[in-house]
Amino acid sequence: MHTAYDMLTGPCAWTAFILFFGGCLYRLIKMLWLVWKKERFIFSYMSLRYSLRSLVHWMVPFMAVNWRRQPVLTIATFAFHLCLILTPLFVSAHIILWEEAWQFSWWMLPDGLADAMTMVVIVCAGYFFIRRLVSPEVRYVTGPSDWIILSIVAAPFISGFLAYHQWFAYRFFTMFHIFSGEVMLVAIPFTRLSHMIISPFTRAYMGSEFGKIRHARDW
Amino acid sequence: MGEAAKGETKITDQGLDGGVGRLDESRIREVINTVLKNETGARLKTYVETCIHCGLCSEACHYYLSNDKDPAFSPVGKVKRTLWEMLKRKGKVTPAFIREAAVVAHTECNLCKRCAQYCPFGIDIAYLMSVVRRIVHRLGCTPLYIQDTANSHSVHMNQMWVKGDEWPDTLQWQEEEAQAEIPALRIPLEKEGADIMYSVIAPEPKFQAQLIYQAAVIMDVAGVNWTMPASMGWDNSDMAMFTGDNELMGRLKRTHFETAARLKVKKIIMGECGHAFRSVYDTGNRWLGWRVPPFQIVHAIEFYYDLIKSGRIKIKTKYPHAVTLHDPCNVSRGAGLHDKARFVAKAVAAEFVEMEPNREHNYCCAAGGGAINCGPPYKMKRLQGNKVKAEQLFAAKTRGAGVLIAPCHNCHSGLHDILHHYGIGLDIKFLGDIIYEVMEKPA
Ligand code: SF4
Ligand code: SF4
Repeated sequence: MHTAYDMLTGPCAWTAFILFFGGCLYRLIKMLWLVWKKERFIFSYMSLRYSLRSLVHWMVPFMAVNWRRQPVLTIATFAFHLCLILTPLFVSAHIILWEEAWQFSWWMLPDGLADAMTMVVIVCAGYFFIRRLVSPEVRYVTGPSDWIILSIVAAPFISGFLAYHQWFAYRFFTMFHIFSGEVMLVAIPFTRLSHMIISPFTRAYMGSEFGKIRHARDW
Repeated sequence: MGEAAKGETKITDQGLDGGVGRLDESRIREVINTVLKNETGARLKTYVETCIHCGLCSEACHYYLSNDKDPAFSPVGKVKRTLWEMLKRKGKVTPAFIREAAVVAHTECNLCKRCAQYCPFGIDIAYLMSVVRRIVHRLGCTPLYIQDTANSHSVHMNQMWVKGDEWPDTLQWQEEEAQAEIPALRIPLEKEGADIMYSVIAPEPKFQAQLIYQAAVIMDVAGVNWTMPASMGWDNSDMAMFTGDNELMGRLKRTHFETAARLKVKKIIMGECGHAFRSVYDTGNRWLGWRVPPFQIVHAIEFYYDLIKSGRIKIKTKYPHAVTLHDPCNVSRGAGLHDKARFVAKAVAAEFVEMEPNREHNYCCAAGGGAINCGPPYKMKRLQGNKVKAEQLFAAKTRGAGVLIAPCHNCHSGLHDILHHYGIGLDIKFLGDIIYEVMEKPA
């Protein structure tokens, strides 16, 4: 059991982090290289001002027309993404691990809050799951990959939640939590989860086109 | 194979049926892969790989809203029915699939880009649909009527088979007509060094010649130093842009710009047309390698705005009706002219009733993007595909509007059909119609 744990927190973790950071970098470079090679005109339409204008309008809840049209979805989307990113970065258990490994630490979330944020992620993931099932326009474009990536994202939070509360099978959930977290990291650059790193660019491009050429709002 | 939209009956179209009849799967595969490999790049790849299949773009699309929220009509649903399948199968799709893809891209999407305002990632589904149009174009599988229009462009450099001598004839005829009203009025042809080249789309000389008359009166009264070309290059329209015939689009726009250069004008003013504006201002110029057009391009809305604002056109008595304004996608979402259009409408009409939604969020007319040019076979589909527009217009009417202003030819024709089909009972006008009617003219 210990060896498996050592594997997961040692070589596997390293591999996951390298693949995550390396993969993200690779995806960004590949995208920019493709723009350079085949659609270089895009660079000449980019505008920092209009990119930011568009990004801000979409990254603040209810600032875009479409966010205002669907309040429940908007709250779920923002809560989900916020907790999804912040919880793993600031939960005390992770910070203690990093401190042990690299003598490196930063702010910690109080455990109760981190627990609540984990629950938010799980509940919102449930909401997205149900939405995929019951909303015809979402179900129509849902394929196996959508279920897989939703599971990849939900798994570390569900297992982390169960491990933290130590209700049953603590060891199993701890190991599964680490494993699924590593899977998620690796999946980010190599699946449609890459929207995490790529979508700011698509938004910025559309924002630039709308701002510079179309003189219209894209939100 | 992509799933067809519910309850769709197959519409006979010789362009599609004939085109598909000549196809086999190896040719299809070759063309799809060539287009994807040689003509697309980061945009297509990134859009397809980033789309999270959330369906948030759905409510942007009038086809989706009007067809009882049938998900097949949602923007992303249309990508699923076309490009996803082509990509997944690496181009190995059947001729029947290509026919369906052509129907989707040409008659179920107006390339209005409203969905780009609703997708959180700004994914440009209109662009993806134009890639599909490019593919079906390269496969010779384009709806007959719009292909005929493109053929006219190719032969005569105008959209309506207007022959060389018919053009100056029409201008002379309109000049004579207008001289009955203003004896000294001229339509200056080929005047080198004029400030302005005025260009129109071919339906104007073909069957709406009074629009040229009205424009001439406005120019004359405002004292504008203007000209129209007597040669090819007078037509600013561009159906090739919508059939995916980019090479032809390039020829058209080059001819147009070179005509303006030959006449040594300072700017090009265009009549009330949206798609032509998109072509000259945003699309054709890019194909030719111009980041922005080589001439200042002024749409009629902006031109009227300047004339009224500067007092070169004065309003005698305001138009005695409550007007509402349809913001054409290509000049509102395409160039932000909505506030200028409102200024003009309010300046000329006694009362202005706002439409909801409006400005760049207005619903498309469902005629644009070449959809109306796909002709009578698809007329009912187009009308049923914009029930939501009918509701929007009716709501404006209940708030008091009596006249609908549509400062775009495509919108004008499309909305005209909608008004009749749904029995809404609004009159429809161009801005120029009203300005001509209410402006001060020499006695
Ligand atoms: S018609 Fe407009 S909103 Fe609908 S898919 Fe096409 S571009 Fe998007
Ligand atoms: S809203 Fe954007 S990300 Fe969502 S399905 Fe539509 S195109 Fe894809």
